[in-house]
Amino acid sequence: MTAGDGKGEKSVNKPKKLRASKRILFRQHLNRSTWGNIGVFLFLGIFGVFFAFPIVYSVCTAFKPMNEILIFPPRIFVRNPSLENFIELGQVATDFWVPLSRYIFNSAVISVVATLGHLLLAGMAAYPLAKHPFPGSKFLNQVMVMSLLFTSSVTYIPQYIVMAKMGLIDTPWALILPALQSSLGVYLMRSFILTIPNAMLEAARIDGASEFRIYFQVIFPNVKPAAMTLIIFAFQGIWNNGGGSLIYSEELKVLPAILSSVTAGGIARAGVASAASLILMLPPIILFCFAQRNVIETMSTSGLK
Amino acid sequence: MKKKERLSRDLTLGHRIWQYRESYLLMAPYMLLFFLLTVIPVVAAICLSFTDFNMLSWPDFVGFENYLRMFLDDKTFLIVLKNTLIFAFLTGPVSYILSFLFAWLINELGDRMRPFMTLLFYMPVLGGNVYFVWGLLLSGDSYGIINSLLMQVGILNEPQEWLVNQNTVLPVLIVVQLWLSLGTGFLAFVAGFQNTDKSQFEAGAIDGISNRWQELFYITIPGMSQQLLFSAVMQIGASFGVSAVITNLAGFPTTQYAADTIVTYIMDVGTTRFEMGYASTIAVFLFALMMFSNNLIQGVIRRFGTED
Repeated sequence: MTAGDGKGEKSVNKPKKLRASKRILFRQHLNRSTWGNIGVFLFLGIFGVFFAFPIVYSVCTAFKPMNEILIFPPRIFVRNPSLENFIELGQVATDFWVPLSRYIFNSAVISVVATLGHLLLAGMAAYPLAKHPFPGSKFLNQVMVMSLLFTSSVTYIPQYIVMAKMGLIDTPWALILPALQSSLGVYLMRSFILTIPNAMLEAARIDGASEFRIYFQVIFPNVKPAAMTLIIFAFQGIWNNGGGSLIYSEELKVLPAILSSVTAGGIARAGVASAASLILMLPPIILFCFAQRNVIETMSTSGLK
Repeated sequence: MKKKERLSRDLTLGHRIWQYRESYLLMAPYMLLFFLLTVIPVVAAICLSFTDFNMLSWPDFVGFENYLRMFLDDKTFLIVLKNTLIFAFLTGPVSYILSFLFAWLINELGDRMRPFMTLLFYMPVLGGNVYFVWGLLLSGDSYGIINSLLMQVGILNEPQEWLVNQNTVLPVLIVVQLWLSLGTGFLAFVAGFQNTDKSQFEAGAIDGISNRWQELFYITIPGMSQQLLFSAVMQIGASFGVSAVITNLAGFPTTQYAADTIVTYIMDVGTTRFEMGYASTIAVFLFALMMFSNNLIQGVIRRFGTED
């Protein structure tokens, strides 16, 4: 292996197949000892098992029939997979007076509205923050960075007071509005827009385009990775938000809320709870699988200056 | 004369604002919501922290009474403060370092393994509520996998109530929180490593760098100071904000508040006792604590970053 061989994998357009077949396990680097590589593999393997184990256990339990859940000593893997738990999940939901499909419908509508709304609002706000030296832009940018600290759980009670005074508690807006104004999305979008060359904007301005048009026709088509990232982060946050004390009417509740009611049932409901958690887990994971490359590309511009 | 000067400056400011009216219009919808649901709540919390307020009647101004109560009279607050600091000081730095370490090692892997391992480590965060499974694993009877394993090996004679016992609940929740903590900061690190200019390694090799450790300390880390800062902010937010894991696994509130943090205590005071004034006081204290930690850590990282 010569020094130049493993370099510039991305810049040089070698045929893809050759590269992949050679480097499934490790990238070719300079200065790598075999023992070191084995160490890396062992370390990641051990921690990988620790990270994967609970999820594997949860997925297995979702397919365990009742007699396998109550078996002693408990087993990790499932022997005779069945869909019993998913059917029972439907019945359990009906016991709360509302069919399961209603929770799924609520979750889906709220998540889609909040995710797309967040993308629209955050993107529109991020463009001037990145590119326009308007009076107050420095201050607003600092406020946005500062607010990254104030996660939803930290501002929960003050936010609850404000939303209660506006009469939003126990409406879908109590879940949607806080998700729309998450500052991480604006921050990531702004960092990404900063990398777009100003010359592109100038060209559009000379053609007489308004700033709105520049955003939607010049900027937005060029920030696809950031848009995908915002979609994933926003969707994951809202899809997993059970509503806590923000929603108490059963017909307005969302899927995670049903998971916590089922979990309270203990070991007898372990299978049903795992089934619910599997249904909850899949959409964000599938979304992330498709968009991982975009997320990484966006995050590489995320640095704090 | 002076008046005229100020007038002209105001005019130019107004003029500049008018010139950028489209920028403000673009930001308006987002900023409206942001001010309504982040800025106003924080400001309101500061105001309400000096009052007695139960959501129903108009807040009563009580001066520093809530603050005195918090520091002097409230033993529970001291317990949750201690728990919060333990959570923050253990999970914060450890998961920051783990995020960095995993991202670094993942970066050594090949093109197919890398996305897979990234997904694997990020999965607990992505799965959102999947941490409920720890409730099954740690179940207090002998059906819990962990109890059953430890009993088969002979370490335990009888099942442990991991999440009820006051001595075990905090350490156990810290492990779960670490499992859940490879979030946005981790992704930023993964991205930072992949972004490092490859030609720098080549140059480094010529200059005598001979192993991956030297590469890490002399080339990669100095080039990643921005990611280090960003991840630190996200990490502080996450480790001071630990709450859902606690309430969902160990109860709300936990036995004798043994594992409650400031955040869950605020929820307890606010949503079950409706002492919103006092809840705001504790929230303001938490804001101050987080800003202080943030300033401290940013300072340390910046100094560390500029030394290289």
